[in-house]
Amino acid sequence: MMEYVVRFLVGGLAVSAFAMLGDLLRPKDFAGLFGAAPSVALATLGIALLWHDASYAAAQGEAMMLGAVALCIYSILVCQLLMRRHWNALPATVAALPAWLAVAVGLYLLAGAGV
Amino acid sequence: MIVKISFSTLKDGLWSEYLIRFVLGGAATVLTGLISRYFGASVGGLFLALPVIFCASATLIQKHEERRKRQAGVGGRRRGQEAAALDAAGAALGSIGVLAFALVFSLLVARQALWAFVAALVAWIAVSVAAWWAWRRARLSARLRRIANSKRLTSQRPNWARSAETDWSMLR
Repeated sequence: MMEYVVRFLVGGLAVSAFAMLGDLLRPKDFAGLFGAAPSVALATLGIALLWHDASYAAAQGEAMMLGAVALCIYSILVCQLLMRRHWNALPATVAALPAWLAVAVGLYLLAGAGV
Repeated sequence: MIVKISFSTLKDGLWSEYLIRFVLGGAATVLTGLISRYFGASVGGLFLALPVIFCASATLIQKHEERRKRQAGVGGRRRGQEAAALDAAGAALGSIGVLAFALVFSLLVARQALWAFVAALVAWIAVSVAAWWAWRRARLSARLRRIANSKRLTSQRPNWARSAETDWSMLR
């Protein structure tokens, strides 16, 4: 239980810090780099090293590469929904989440689940 | 300087919005932990790049832009969507940096954990900024090419067409 409380606090703080940094920066496309900052990863991998070991964290890091490819496709899809279909941000970002999941899981299965 | 720091944007944000991001960030980190526990470290690792925070950021960016335009007395829905789309384009470029972060971290963590974090963060920011810079340059040169092409087409147009165009513009 304690592990999850620590996860919540550290993850919340890391995400808030990167989000605030993104708010400060201009232009908006540069600030967007911080929208994809590895804030959850920093918290999770740090805790993985404390509670588990380096091989556990390395396995998570390797799978994260597939998640990052899915994130890139997801972001392009959201951009298209906003610019070409004139969707609002909330429906566009939520509707594209299954695409992120499908690409991430698809790549994981293609990699033979051996990542 | 191309990149600027604007503290005035912090005034646009409400405390409730920062709280939402804190809760979402905490929840995403807990979710990743639970998935890793029940499905294994590698399945959980996929969720380290989960764009749940981006949903909140893009929505807030659109809301702030719309509010700013409304205060200026103009409808800002389209501008809000464009601002959120620019943020999404930045996130797409940032995801290349996230890929570099994950690669460097997984290569170095077995040797030296602390330095793996430092090197991964340096790789993330360096690759993200380089990708953003290259994208910006490509956009700029595409725009310049379009302007040059339109100028060339205008100069190639016969005189009667150019004068007709002028006449029409006078009628408008």
